[in-house]
Amino acid sequence: MGKTLAEKILSDKSGGLRKAGDIAISSVDLAFVQDTTGPLTIRAFKEAGFCELANHEKTVLFLDHAAPSPNWQLSNDHVFMRSFARETGCILSDVGEGVCHQVVAEKLAKPGDVIVGADSHTVTAGGIGAFATGMGSSDVAVAFALGKTWFRVPDTLLIELAGKFSRGVYAKDLILHLIGRIGADGATYKALEFGGSGVTKMAVTDRLTIANMAVEAGAKVGLFPSDEMTYEYLKSVGREKDYKPLYPDPDAQYSEKISIDLAALEPTVSKPHTVDNTALARDLKDINVDQVVIGTCTNGRLEDLEIAASILKGRRRHSRTRLIIGPASPKVLRDGVKKGYIDILLAAGGIILPPGCGPCLGLHQGALGDDEVCLSTANRNFKGRMGNPKGNIYLASTATAAASAITGKITDPREVLNA
Amino acid sequence: MLKGRAFKFGDNISTDHIVPGRLAHLRSNLPELAKHVLEDADPDFASKVQPGDFVVGGSNFGLGSSREHAPLVIKMAGVSAVLAKSVARIFFRNAINRGLPVLICDTDKIKDGDELEVDMASGNVKNLTTGKDISFKPIPDFMLNILNEGGLVPYITKHGDFKA
Repeated sequence: MGKTLAEKILSDKSGGLRKAGDIAISSVDLAFVQDTTGPLTIRAFKEAGFCELANHEKTVLFLDHAAPSPNWQLSNDHVFMRSFARETGCILSDVGEGVCHQVVAEKLAKPGDVIVGADSHTVTAGGIGAFATGMGSSDVAVAFALGKTWFRVPDTLLIELAGKFSRGVYAKDLILHLIGRIGADGATYKALEFGGSGVTKMAVTDRLTIANMAVEAGAKVGLFPSDEMTYEYLKSVGREKDYKPLYPDPDAQYSEKISIDLAALEPTVSKPHTVDNTALARDLKDINVDQVVIGTCTNGRLEDLEIAASILKGRRRHSRTRLIIGPASPKVLRDGVKKGYIDILLAAGGIILPPGCGPCLGLHQGALGDDEVCLSTANRNFKGRMGNPKGNIYLASTATAAASAITGKITDPREVLNA
Repeated sequence: MLKGRAFKFGDNISTDHIVPGRLAHLRSNLPELAKHVLEDADPDFASKVQPGDFVVGGSNFGLGSSREHAPLVIKMAGVSAVLAKSVARIFFRNAINRGLPVLICDTDKIKDGDELEVDMASGNVKNLTTGKDISFKPIPDFMLNILNEGGLVPYITKHGDFKA
């Protein structure tokens, strides 16, 4: 009987045939933490009596969530993590060196890898065909030390995509639509696997956006095949040697299949305070926006800067709307400068943040005031997420965010694209 | 046998309700962080909860972040178990890894303030206030072995590796 992508990777990494429901003790190709989960991981590592890493070249500490640090407590957490990196020889990605998931995609993740990170959006690397999932500090501490972890091999929900996005509609609209359709727990404990003709020509940067939000439907992973587009992406970041093809078997068994026609999708928005509370952007046009955020591990790539710049070129943000832009990595920022996007965004009244998580999780760089409305390209709109339980967060594509920055209200980007 | 009062919450209680990102600077000061446990769902929870009490959620409890601080501060508050109709994957695993039982059961049969008695061995929750019995789904064996050692760090310290 054929295997899904999840079954294929976990069978390979656990040294035996594994089907959904089995327990797999899997080797780990990459384990990482970030600065809000790293200190607890290091403490768990030491508490368990470990001194050495299984592989210091496959262990990474990212300082990205509080970057640069807004207070002494988080600065001390950074000091603690840098010290651990020196002691063990692991890789340190310091303040300003980018959001963990973007750096993992650009530099580290390979198709067929098993990747664990103490950050729920570790699923992002599923866009490159890696079985990548978020875990807590204790699990990652053990992966640091033993180079392995355990999984229950997940059932797989196949999302079959057909057609092409119409103008003004993007990968973000697809994943918001899907989560709205199946619910914030619609894929709990399962793997989401994306397939069909709509995937064949989909750029890896789009796949990363979609995989990033698999966890918002409760999924363990969001997996794409590794194909020509994967090769093109790895080549674009100088890693074509890391390419290997990876597809599910034609007779793989799926617990459920959902078909989506990409051409039928419209710009979609998640309303406060859950990601599955979705609506069409065109039905929300009376909502004033105080702050627009373009960036994060979901939509902080060069393609996002390009979309935002194309919409904001020669235009300006609305006077009531702050426009905050956070490139997800130094590469994104530098490429955005070279291409002229950053200049356009600055001329439009944008604020450019250092590469990092920015205001996404409420630590710094754009906390909301009481009753303020933020339209963000991030992945979460939970109550209290952006620093204030009295704030209201809407999630949308980069195009919807850029269009809304111009009008000061939630705006279907097709309105400004047609203008 | 675990015994205590139920603190009832709704559906989709996220890790941001439990320990919001704005308090990330307290994550290396767990006693201080624990004073804010579940603050964005019930600002008075930390002052009301007593050792042995239960956190009772609806569906998809603990969705969101991988922050293990979430189950950790619930445990530090003295909570003996989390009961919910369903629970998010990472929270479930983190709770077990910290020795906090998570029991999947029909929490519609529990109201805020009900007195509960949980028998881990038989898989039963007795609602002492209503007299009704509610069964919970068995915790998968692999996770139960970790829970029975008090969490993942004590489990690994004892066994040195995962036992398949």
